[in-house]
Amino acid sequence: MSTTEPTHPPGPETWAEVHASAEFKQLRKRLRNFVFPMTVLFLAWYLLYVVLADYAHGFMSTKVIGNINIGLVFGLLQFVSTFVITWLYVRYANRKLDPIADKIREDIEGGAQ
Amino acid sequence: MNLAQGVEGGSPALNISIFGLFVVATLVVVFRASRNTKTASDYYAAGRAFSGPQNGTAIAGDYLSAASFLGIAGAIAVYGYDGFLYSIGFLVAWLVALLLVAELLRNTGKFTMGDVLAFRMRQRPVRAAAATSTLAVSFFYLLAQMAGAGGLVSLLLGIEADAGQAVVIAVVGVVMITYVLVGGMKGTTWVQIIKAALLIAGTFAMTVWVLGRYGLNLSELLGSASERAGGNDALLNPGERYGVSGTSQLDFLSLGIALVLGTAGLPHVLMRFYTVPTAKEARRSVVWAIVLIGLFYLFTLVLGYGAAAIVGSETISNAPGAENSAAPLLAEALGGPVLLGFIAAVAFATILAVVAGLTITASASFAHDVYANVIKKGKVDSKNTEVRVARITACVIGAVAIVGGILAKDQNVAFLVALAFAVAASANLPTILYSLFWKRFNTNGALWSIYGGLTVTIVLIVFSPAVSGTEKSMITGADFHWFPLQNPGLVSIPVSFFLGWLGTVLSKEHLEEKYKEMEVRSLTGAGAEKASTH
Repeated sequence: MSTTEPTHPPGPETWAEVHASAEFKQLRKRLRNFVFPMTVLFLAWYLLYVVLADYAHGFMSTKVIGNINIGLVFGLLQFVSTFVITWLYVRYANRKLDPIADKIREDIEGGAQ
Repeated sequence: MNLAQGVEGGSPALNISIFGLFVVATLVVVFRASRNTKTASDYYAAGRAFSGPQNGTAIAGDYLSAASFLGIAGAIAVYGYDGFLYSIGFLVAWLVALLLVAELLRNTGKFTMGDVLAFRMRQRPVRAAAATSTLAVSFFYLLAQMAGAGGLVSLLLGIEADAGQAVVIAVVGVVMITYVLVGGMKGTTWVQIIKAALLIAGTFAMTVWVLGRYGLNLSELLGSASERAGGNDALLNPGERYGVSGTSQLDFLSLGIALVLGTAGLPHVLMRFYTVPTAKEARRSVVWAIVLIGLFYLFTLVLGYGAAAIVGSETISNAPGAENSAAPLLAEALGGPVLLGFIAAVAFATILAVVAGLTITASASFAHDVYANVIKKGKVDSKNTEVRVARITACVIGAVAIVGGILAKDQNVAFLVALAFAVAASANLPTILYSLFWKRFNTNGALWSIYGGLTVTIVLIVFSPAVSGTEKSMITGADFHWFPLQNPGLVSIPVSFFLGWLGTVLSKEHLEEKYKEMEVRSLTGAGAEKASTH
């Protein structure tokens, strides 16, 4: 890591140019195509859980194994889904986002010096 | 929290000794960490030199407050399943931070939320607005923590006299100010890392201990807890707390939404993303935080039911600290005074670390946004002046926290935490999301969503049953409530999103060109603040 600033910071034209590039458009599309649907998905899944726990007491109280009921299983599944989505995102970001982002960044910062 | 006397059988001297040991050890670490704290970047963001795992642990330390630890374990012990719902909201919320906020924020800002807004908007008004909501959230959260400290004092140290409790609150406040003044963000971060490690290790040990008693069989533990509570499964099924009426059900829905959307708008959480060198490390931080926080909440589930099974819900409800005494009573039942002393010290350490994190965030926001950029218009003679202002602000905030903690000691403070989350979800989150993802967003929109969200949330709380009209209200003698819910999120969050949109389209200011630069920077990290080398 270094603290040196680029001697000529990229001007507005550079940003607009990068913004219009096919590479950047691809990066943005990949990011948005993952995070927006995933956000809708996990929020819907969470709200489903909250609404069931709030209003469907009978259903959530049904015993599954021993003293463990559907409500508890649903709750624990929220933990599982959170961990799984985290893992999926990290894998996706490492493979699909970081390489393009790194390249664009190096182009901008390298070109400015 | 309303605690009257100490846990029977506990040894206040032992509890104080273990806590004293924690304070001494962390102060040594803080003084060592302070040697390299020189610039504003060192003071506010620890030179951006923490690794993802370190920062993730610190985030867990910052996030898992006494309310999480004592409150949730207690709620599960007394109300059963409904207490579990809090844990889930607090955890799932981290996905918002991971997917939408952490990395983009790290790439576009320096120290505060105001930086992100100021990137393309008119600096002075948006920084003033961001600082206002940051200070509001921090203040509500801080007061809740300090009032909780007062309750803990009587519960764990056996100090019942008002003067004695006030002295202990003052000591907690002074230690916290020392952390912040001396250690800056680096020292505070180490305190949070140490606290998170102790908290998670302690709850893990107790979890294994409890499960061990039931042959590592969760079903057996649940059965035993339920049997002790009367055998009708009330503790295992949802609805014990929030199923009472249609209003309470709606209240729960409102709370659930505020919890899941509030976390990514909490200023002390946002600021932690600036302590790492890159966006990728910010991502790793959140992953570590999610794992640690998730495990912790799984442990509290076992501890809550363990307390119900081993101590008994009724004993807990009738204990001095009611719900909050569940975890300490369980510790005592399992490991005697020594484990109780350890858990008591961890509970104090928790308050100390959370309060320190809030104080540094609020002081940074004031010094960086208000002093340096609004009052001095960005023309501060040297960065040292800004840090000096931040240090003075930290002292003022610390003093306010001590006085507020002493005054609010016997108040019902649960609504303060709900208020902090509701403001964060209403005023901050819409503004941050619009700013990062919507190219048309402009200064007017940001001001409408922040001030509008803040006002709507506070007005709804003031006229809610949390403040007046019921036996458990803050003001019991009067009734001026007209809003039926304790938690305003269900109304205030959509209203704030709407105001942010309306304010934007009503203004002719167009910042799309500047947004291009911001979007490139936020997605690629080009030109982002780098770590400093020492």
